[in-house]
Amino acid sequence: MTAHDRIIPPLHQRKPVLSMQAVDKTFNGGVVALRRMSLTVNEGDFISLLGPSGCGKSTALRLIAGLMRPTVGRITWEGGRGTDDLGVVFQEPTLMPWSTVAKNVWLPFRLRGKSFATVRDRIEEVLALVGLDKFANSYPRELSGGMKMRVSIARALVTNPRLILMDEPFAALDEITRQKLNDDLLNLKARTGATVIFVTHSVFESVFLSDRILVMAARPGRVIREIAVDAPYPRGIAWRTSPDYARIARETSDTLMSTLAPGESH
Amino acid sequence: MSVTEPTSRSETGVGPMFDAEEESLARKQRVEAVAKWLLPIAVLSLAIWYWDRLVVWNDIPHYILPGPGRVMQTLIQDWGTLSQSLLVTLQITLMALAVAIIGGVGLAVLFAQSRLAEMSFSPFAVILQVTPIVAIAPLIFIYIESRMVGLLLCAWIVAFFPILANTTLGLKSADHNLRDLMLIYKANRWQRLRYLQLPSALPYFLGGLRIAGGLALIGAVVAEYVAGTGGIGSGLAFRILEAGYRLNIPRMFAALLLIALTGVIIFAITTAISHFALRKWHESALKRE
Ligand SMILES: Nc1ncnc2c1ncn2[C@@H]1O[C@H](COP(=O)(O)OP(=O)(O)O)[C@@H](O)[C@H]1O
Ligand SMILES: [Mg+2]
Repeated sequence: MTAHDRIIPPLHQRKPVLSMQAVDKTFNGGVVALRRMSLTVNEGDFISLLGPSGCGKSTALRLIAGLMRPTVGRITWEGGRGTDDLGVVFQEPTLMPWSTVAKNVWLPFRLRGKSFATVRDRIEEVLALVGLDKFANSYPRELSGGMKMRVSIARALVTNPRLILMDEPFAALDEITRQKLNDDLLNLKARTGATVIFVTHSVFESVFLSDRILVMAARPGRVIREIAVDAPYPRGIAWRTSPDYARIARETSDTLMSTLAPGESH
Repeated sequence: MSVTEPTSRSETGVGPMFDAEEESLARKQRVEAVAKWLLPIAVLSLAIWYWDRLVVWNDIPHYILPGPGRVMQTLIQDWGTLSQSLLVTLQITLMALAVAIIGGVGLAVLFAQSRLAEMSFSPFAVILQVTPIVAIAPLIFIYIESRMVGLLLCAWIVAFFPILANTTLGLKSADHNLRDLMLIYKANRWQRLRYLQLPSALPYFLGGLRIAGGLALIGAVVAEYVAGTGGIGSGLAFRILEAGYRLNIPRMFAALLLIALTGVIIFAITTAISHFALRKWHESALKRE
């Protein structure tokens, strides 16, 4: 879009960041949340995990985040995982209500022992990036749902992580706010070159946002197909209304429907 | 549905009706703001007036039931003795409360750090809490030489449990996603405690503090009744006992009045502390428009 947008190479030329090899996750009760999931995440990818609820999308993210260990299989970071390598956005904004917006965004740095003064510029920069520079000193309760989510995104971005995980971040927002945040997320991605894994159960959201869609099925949770969305970024209203978009959405939707048991398809 | 909805909405949205509604709401709020202060004062004044009349109309002698005027008179007359005792009671109450805060919060933090510590020690805390203080106090005064320390210990036993229980609950109720975030960013125990668990526990702790403030006073008074012995360093409870033996009923009332006032002031102060600590962010302290 602008001169300082990062250039992201085409899909097959990107360097790997992380790989999951035949990962299984079985919970204590015997629930197979994830079966034989393999995935190589490359630098600059925007990957969507798409599937019905209970298909193991959150489980996959929690495994990647290191919040739990695979029962079988391995997850490896290219060159090892550093402390600032990961940013996470949950379905809820997950802000500390007792801290201001700026102090919330400071958290990842604060846990590294960096004082607020030394990272103030960076915090102001990401807040401007998500359009909240005027709200640095507000408390979360003073913000709308969409704005809180932006703070959460700013916090995930602030350390310039190699990978950002987003678990249905906009699912609780209204359609208009969600659309706006989707547009802004793509702009952000263009400007930062971030690598994103985005969990959603919306076909349209996944086709609009991502260049790789992993369609998942439940019982047991598994990936059944990867769909490449080979449309260039930046994407906007033109992409949303193009025949290619409609075609891929159709294809994705059909794949998703084919995974549901006959009783569930209606 | 879709046909009737627009019409009904436009009807309720008509200007004047909406304004009238709003106005009555505002009036109600104004009345409520005044009534909040006026009503309790009025009721209290009425009760005192009725007490006074009861004594006058029935010619009740002051050694059976003194009137409010007589009680005030005694309070002023005996202020030398009573104020000394008030200071003693206040001192024990506040020290017990301070130790209860340190002990309660300290133990709660320990419990939050170690499940084993919680399993080992929480039964003792519960036993101390459920056993009535009047039953423990005599033993305490047998084993502990210093009256002051004995009183302090009694008041502490009563006051510390609500702080411990509430703070423990608060430390555990930190948001799950925030806890995950702490793990993702590899926060250590100390950071997790300081940046997440303690702030989450603050509203709970302050709730416990409000209860503990009153209980510390009750503990201090009850313990003194049990201790019984008087002397120079005796508090208000002993003054009541002493006045009772001498059938000095007005003085009993005066001391009682001081104890009640102390309790009310402690409650007011802890409530104010709680409000100021939470006013920026916690639901309990927020004004709704
Ligand atoms: N901590 C857990 N213990 C036991 N079962 C779990 C746990 N977390 C998730 N599950 C189960 O694993 C499956 C996948 O869950 P999840 O990954 O949350 O699905 P999704 O995010 O796609 O809705 C579900 O059947 C869920 O009930
Ligand atoms: Mg989920």
